[in-house]
Amino acid sequence: MAPESEEAGMVKVKVKTQKKKKNKENKTRIVHANILYDNAKGEENPNRHFSDNKIKTTKYTLLSFLPKNLFEQFHRFANVYFVFIALLNFVPVVNAFQPELALAPVVFILSVTAIKDLWEDYRRHRSDTEINHMDCLVYSRPEKRYLERFWKQIRVGDFIRLRCNEILPADVLLLSSSDPDRLCHIETATLDGETNLKQRQVVRSFFHLDCEFDPSKYNGVIECEKPNNDLNRFRGYIGRKCGLYKENLLLRGCTIRNTEEAVGIVIYAGHETKAMLNNNGPRYKRSKLERQMNVDVFWCVIILLVMCLFTAIGHGLWLFQYGDKRPVFDVLSPEGANVSPGLSAVYLFLTMIIVFQVLIPISLFVSIEIVKICQVFFIHQDSELYDEETDTHLQCRALNITEDLGQMQYIFSDKTGTLTENKMVFRRCTVAGVEYSHDANARRLAMYQELESEEEAECPSRGGTLPRRDSVGSHQSARVVLRSQSTKSHRRTGSRAEAKRASILSKHTAFSSPMEKDITPDPQLLDKVNEGGSQLNFIHFHRQPMSQLPSDLADIIDFFVALTVCNTVVVSSPDQPRQKVRMRFELKSPVKTIEDFIKRFTPSRLTSGSNSSSTSSLVTNRSSTRGCSSALSSPSAESTLTKLDEEGSRLGGAGLLADFSPVPGGAELRYEAESPDEAALVYAARAYKCSLVGRLPDQVTVELPHLGKLGFELLHTLGFDSTRKRMSVVVRHPLTDQITVYTKGADSAIMELIKPPLTGKRQRKILCKTQSYLNLYAADGLRTLCIAKKTLSKEEYACWLQGHLEAETAIHGREERLFQSALRLETDLHLLGATGIEDRLQDGVPETIASLRKAGLQIWVLTGDKQETAVNIAYACKLLDPEEEILTLNADSQVQSWYGASTAPIGSGYIPGTVLVGSAHAAGATTPFLVHRLGLVIDGRTLAYALDKSLEDKFLEVARSCRSVLCCRSTPLQKSTVVKLVRNKLKVMTLAIGDGANDVSMIQVADVGVGISGQEGMQAVMASDFALPRFQYLQKLLLVHGHWCYSRLANMILYFFYKNAMFVALIFWFQFYCGFSGSSMVDQWYLVFFNLMFSAFPQLVTGTLDKDVSAHTLQALPQLYMNGQNSEEYKPYMFWMNMMDAFYQSLVCFFIPYFAYAGSDVDLFTWGTPITTLALITILLHLGIETKTWTWMNWASIVFSACLFFAVALSYNSSCPTCYAPSNPYWTIQRLLLEPRFYLLCLVTPVTALLPRYFYRACQGSLFPSPTKVGRQLDRSWRQTHGGNIFSLGNLASTSDPLGLKTAFASFNNPLPRYFPPKDHPQSAHSTLTIPKDAAVSAPSDPPLRTSEDHDQSTATDDTQSCLEVTKELPGVTEGSRVVESPERSALQRSDIGVSGWVSSTPPLLQKEAVELGTAPPGGRSRCVAYTRNWEQNQGSDPETPPVESRTRTQTKQSIAADYSEEDRL
Amino acid sequence: MQGLLGKPLGRVHWSNKAAKTGPLAHRPDNSAFMQQRLPAWSPMLTTSTVLPFMYCMAVLCLVVGVSLLITVQGTQEMKLDYTEAGTCNNCFQSLKNVSNAGKSCSCRVVFTLEHEFKGDVFFYYGLQNFHQNLRKYMDSRDDAQMVGRKQNLKNPSSYCEPYIRDEKDVPIAPCGAVANSMFNDSFALQYQGQPGDPINTVPLYRKGIAWYTDENVKFRNPPKNKSQTLAQVFEGTTSPPYWQKPVYLLDPLDATNNGFINEDLIVWMREAAFPNFKKLYGVLVRTQEPFTNGLPAGNYSIDIVYNFPVQYFKGRKQVVLSTVTWFGGQNRFLPIAYLVTSGLVFIIAIFLTVIWWKFGKDAKNMNE
Repeated sequence: MAPESEEAGMVKVKVKTQKKKKNKENKTRIVHANILYDNAKGEENPNRHFSDNKIKTTKYTLLSFLPKNLFEQFHRFANVYFVFIALLNFVPVVNAFQPELALAPVVFILSVTAIKDLWEDYRRHRSDTEINHMDCLVYSRPEKRYLERFWKQIRVGDFIRLRCNEILPADVLLLSSSDPDRLCHIETATLDGETNLKQRQVVRSFFHLDCEFDPSKYNGVIECEKPNNDLNRFRGYIGRKCGLYKENLLLRGCTIRNTEEAVGIVIYAGHETKAMLNNNGPRYKRSKLERQMNVDVFWCVIILLVMCLFTAIGHGLWLFQYGDKRPVFDVLSPEGANVSPGLSAVYLFLTMIIVFQVLIPISLFVSIEIVKICQVFFIHQDSELYDEETDTHLQCRALNITEDLGQMQYIFSDKTGTLTENKMVFRRCTVAGVEYSHDANARRLAMYQELESEEEAECPSRGGTLPRRDSVGSHQSARVVLRSQSTKSHRRTGSRAEAKRASILSKHTAFSSPMEKDITPDPQLLDKVNEGGSQLNFIHFHRQPMSQLPSDLADIIDFFVALTVCNTVVVSSPDQPRQKVRMRFELKSPVKTIEDFIKRFTPSRLTSGSNSSSTSSLVTNRSSTRGCSSALSSPSAESTLTKLDEEGSRLGGAGLLADFSPVPGGAELRYEAESPDEAALVYAARAYKCSLVGRLPDQVTVELPHLGKLGFELLHTLGFDSTRKRMSVVVRHPLTDQITVYTKGADSAIMELIKPPLTGKRQRKILCKTQSYLNLYAADGLRTLCIAKKTLSKEEYACWLQGHLEAETAIHGREERLFQSALRLETDLHLLGATGIEDRLQDGVPETIASLRKAGLQIWVLTGDKQETAVNIAYACKLLDPEEEILTLNADSQVQSWYGASTAPIGSGYIPGTVLVGSAHAAGATTPFLVHRLGLVIDGRTLAYALDKSLEDKFLEVARSCRSVLCCRSTPLQKSTVVKLVRNKLKVMTLAIGDGANDVSMIQVADVGVGISGQEGMQAVMASDFALPRFQYLQKLLLVHGHWCYSRLANMILYFFYKNAMFVALIFWFQFYCGFSGSSMVDQWYLVFFNLMFSAFPQLVTGTLDKDVSAHTLQALPQLYMNGQNSEEYKPYMFWMNMMDAFYQSLVCFFIPYFAYAGSDVDLFTWGTPITTLALITILLHLGIETKTWTWMNWASIVFSACLFFAVALSYNSSCPTCYAPSNPYWTIQRLLLEPRFYLLCLVTPVTALLPRYFYRACQGSLFPSPTKVGRQLDRSWRQTHGGNIFSLGNLASTSDPLGLKTAFASFNNPLPRYFPPKDHPQSAHSTLTIPKDAAVSAPSDPPLRTSEDHDQSTATDDTQSCLEVTKELPGVTEGSRVVESPERSALQRSDIGVSGWVSSTPPLLQKEAVELGTAPPGGRSRCVAYTRNWEQNQGSDPETPPVESRTRTQTKQSIAADYSEEDRL
Repeated sequence: MQGLLGKPLGRVHWSNKAAKTGPLAHRPDNSAFMQQRLPAWSPMLTTSTVLPFMYCMAVLCLVVGVSLLITVQGTQEMKLDYTEAGTCNNCFQSLKNVSNAGKSCSCRVVFTLEHEFKGDVFFYYGLQNFHQNLRKYMDSRDDAQMVGRKQNLKNPSSYCEPYIRDEKDVPIAPCGAVANSMFNDSFALQYQGQPGDPINTVPLYRKGIAWYTDENVKFRNPPKNKSQTLAQVFEGTTSPPYWQKPVYLLDPLDATNNGFINEDLIVWMREAAFPNFKKLYGVLVRTQEPFTNGLPAGNYSIDIVYNFPVQYFKGRKQVVLSTVTWFGGQNRFLPIAYLVTSGLVFIIAIFLTVIWWKFGKDAKNMNE
């Protein structure tokens, strides 16, 4: 729109053209404030050229609709073709029909499409209007204040005021913010899907405005770039001196968060905003079925041409035989001259194209569109795809690819927000070796879940089970009670949805629903916390040494302090944007220099300094030695209560910041975290009254029970990174004044940093216990985090600080040095405890994945998340199976150099695993489902290499052989590249599902893009073809609707081809009897309307409503989905089969009437009309055979079709004897209906014509039923018996096996996971996977269930005893060679750089297979991963299973060198 | 498209529920139709289910076929190719010369009926290899002229090309190739029971041989005053070039059978479906002896006015005498078709029975 409006402006204001030109030359845009020109007429406003904020995404206007729509429709080749034919009919030499009549079909088709387009455009118009009329505050000079305006009224140069949680209407330059730091926080979820808040800065020259920004005083001129679509780029100047950057620009579509108010000037508006410029229209997708169909349309064209050519030649020859003497019945040309046979043939060719045009199914295209719209309608209306909670349906945004849903082969899924709810819930923790199971919490969560699962169920007692412990006695507990009551009341009103909705309404930001926030504390732990708090308080109050606190209590307190402190959570309260509390005593930044450190830590300064510092200085002795002084009595519950009540008014006490009251009374604090698990931990701590109250760059304020608010001086934050897998904060403890390091991280990362317990058994026991609890958590699918602490002496700290500061200032290798510095600090930790957090999967995700997988879909998860999380979730949602071996491809940075060195000989490829395993499965590729017992985990960096041209094939080979693939840390671009790669290389149908904007590219690239209309904005939804409220709906969408849509459309298309061919062939046969003259015994009306009207409705009804298998069965038997995947309803040969059938039927329908009337005095139409009738009856009955379910709609449509034909025929034949020149069928049908012969024909012809198909279908039903047919059988019997578990595959297999016929279920069985306990079968072969440290291919494949001891043992044996090695020098060659059992040799092999592998050649015969990857890193630190595989013969545990599938049992063992952690799990 | 605003704007509002508000405003209708749960009959095509139908169909076809066959056996038909038969050979030869086209030639053909033709006997003339079903030929007519529209009488439709006007630009009535090529032989059938018996002219109805609707609706003479003769009505038009007589003199015996409503013309104008066809010439009048029961067996002769040239298209001319049944003329195809179909269905039914017998258990299993 922008160019248009500028154009308009140019025409209007010629005076100003010069300046405008200058603008263009400069390639910049100059924006003045509108208020300066408020008084001036629009003509003089310098901003008038810029497009306003009104958006218009409609394609048409009322006037332009007709021409534009027609123009667009003629882009479709078929339409041009049909118009051409219609026009051809106006040429007298070749015309076949009444010319006007020939126009009818094409006009009909065009108008139907036009109406559809009109409707879609109207929808766009409505949504445009909705957006254009959103409100916004715009400054008005006359009124001297901000007034409400519609979005569309905003102009470039307007000042607008934005409040918290408002959506930006245009691209705005930030001039003022209520934030003390002159920041404005925005959420860009709708643009890039990232939910974390981003900071935008006020333009520098306005930075120091103290008072509120007054637009009327503004007089700057902004010069900036022309509108462009680069979201990350903005350059400009304000007043020629102050630079503008992208940090100053707020983009349309973002949401203001945490900032009370911001004022800005509009720079780009409407269609010129970056967001709109980025908004390309969706790609026109063409479904696979349609592509396939087009091939057959092409064949139809060929057939048509052949038929025309045949007829034309025939006509030429026919004429030629009469020689010069033309018979009386040969009509001469109008000039009276003889037309030569050749020319006649040419004319006839064109005529035949008109007559046979029906063969190219003109109505097919429009019928398909109608059917698809109906299908979309029904999908849309499915109440099982409706989410009450958000009141959203499934949205079908693409109307033309419904059937693709039934043909998916690969699913690419995002993780966060798609599989998971992106809600981290604290589940349990262990502190100091004691496990707190948080049963009440678990019950609470279970209640949520049950509320979800059984919404109508009355369970009045459940609310009551919530603990209302008096000992808690705080408002926290009261809130719990309240919550439980409110949930109860919700339940009483009948639906979980309301409860959920209430929770949604209550939240404003991305993460935090009551489920996450309201952790029910474990009573035991709560007691201890309270006790610890009070004791601490006592100790502190009495200035006693901290070491008097019992060590377990100290650990508990420290544990919670760590939870609250060790994170990057930002605190805000719901009503107000984040309050920047300026109650600091002085502005402190994290320690920057040694001098700073010395200055800060000299006692004199401490005493003079902050309240917290002064008090903490009182306690200077180290309290690392923990005595046991349990002499202090724990306060009773009552006293706790009173103390808690008092806490607000309490003053004094060390570190208590009584005057620090950022929390407005009663208001609940909200935590915004980078990752939801951080928030979960903070909420968990808050449940124990250890709440994070405020966070400043240099100070964290924590409220502890009995102690009140404590200010922790934040010295350093060593952020999380994926290699360390932990984060640390260095704080000064206000109570002990010690420099304390709190570390939180993956258990694998923390546990090895724990200081070896020198003193006493207790520590060791704690360590041991914690580890076992960790394993337990992991087995439960929880994300485990370890919490540890470390106290530093000042000297130690100073020493470390020295190095750290050097690292910070280092120019070269800064990252590396900082990393090393962090490593130096995080040693010799003291383990406090561990937590188990649940990243809650969305409901039904594991079931959905399992069933989708059963349906033969390959599921890949592409996530930007870190590997540990991803793997964890993958286990939780059953994507990865503990039973399968996991290949982990992690290439470190060194890989790059290595990569360079090893590109040439791919035999020693840089990802050994890739090469080797790839070839391994190339061997077994003959049976594709055979080895799907592998899981592949690959991280983003490795993915980047794997996606390289030279390796992508190998990567695909590996990935294809894996049952599941997990790509972590992948960028949006990588996601789309992966999808594109798989799509293009494997020629498969891909579906991408995601919820965030980072999934958009992937969604767009895939054949079908599905968006989750969840929390993360609408970008994904807008890019998607289908938008689901929840992931689990994918199951029904694909398995049921996809299947139906596919099978319906496939059958309809085939039927169409058949129908048209059958009809046209009738006319073709007649050409043999009419001198190939292009004459037709079917009246022109019937010919034209046969497709369009008489036979159109039943197939539409069938195409919309037919259900080959019921929804229930389809979901119970996901295997039926393979029907669509393998395109079984519409294979190329089926087209030809249908053609053959069509020709047969047409022969019958032609020749039975022909012989019945042969030699009689019948006239052409009296003979042609029965043929038309017979053809119609045959075609309808044919549809009847193909129809699987008969509803009243089917009956009605068939009866209607027949009636319509007779009604039209009767009225047409009786209406006007002269109107329909040249044909004149007056009173034909009436006479026919009185003839018994007509009825006799109507009986015998369809019977004969349909006999073969009927016979075939009956045989098929009995002898070789397709899976869908079996599904229907089951369906039927299920309906009859009403229940019973009849859906077991074994049953199905057994029914088909005795026949000795290969049913599709044989292949179904293959991918099914079968579990054989590893211990039952001796390991007969192993493979060793040895990986250089640099490019590690590790296999952390063990089920998390195993305890470490267990694990160690098994790996040890693996390593030393049975590292059976079978090697082959060239992995490219697939034939296996030798099996050598010698550990020495394996060690030897490991030292070889390169890859060696052994691969089994013929999988069905070999029961053992080993994969070996051997290299040793130069450093000598070897890492050996042994794969142990047992290809077991099925030991009769499942007699029905064919032997092929029984070999897939893989047991994986892993041995890891001592310097590596046993497993990378977070 | 407008997703940048964080609102689900692309949502399709299918049903008109915009007015409905409340938390569950978008909840889909839970009707059987919307949820695709309409009660449905889902027949399974398996051997067991189709067998009853197959047997029924076989029996039905058999019954119909047999009864049709019996009916057909009672009909008689006699075809006589007179193109070069008897004295007509002379005419045939003379017509080969184009200059004799206008001359009338008479000849006689003799034949014997072995059996009596009982019931109504229809007299047809037949043509072979004459393509009345050519597209251009068929189109070359003007129904509006034939229906008696005055306007079209003088201005025939362009469909009649190239027989709209003659060389003198006089409009042709009836125009078009169909009318032009009208069959113009005429027949007189004589019966002589035995040689020496008196010769009886076989009386034929020459009217009522066309469709009632054709005679009364599709073909009308142009309107005329009472005073006008038919010739006057057709004044200003000329007859088709191949015609020997003008349209108003087609039937010299019956003045009402002239013009466009001449029944031979009407019959001819109903274009035959196949290149070998017959057209009704007359129906036996069964009012007088010896024809009250039909045509008796014996010797017959046909006096033919031989005008229609067929040699140009290698055609043949026939005379057909036939009795008809309730389902049309003597045509054994239909009963045979029924019998064959019955046989086929039966064979397939037996085959399916075998399958059912052998594998029936499996089908049952599947149902379990």
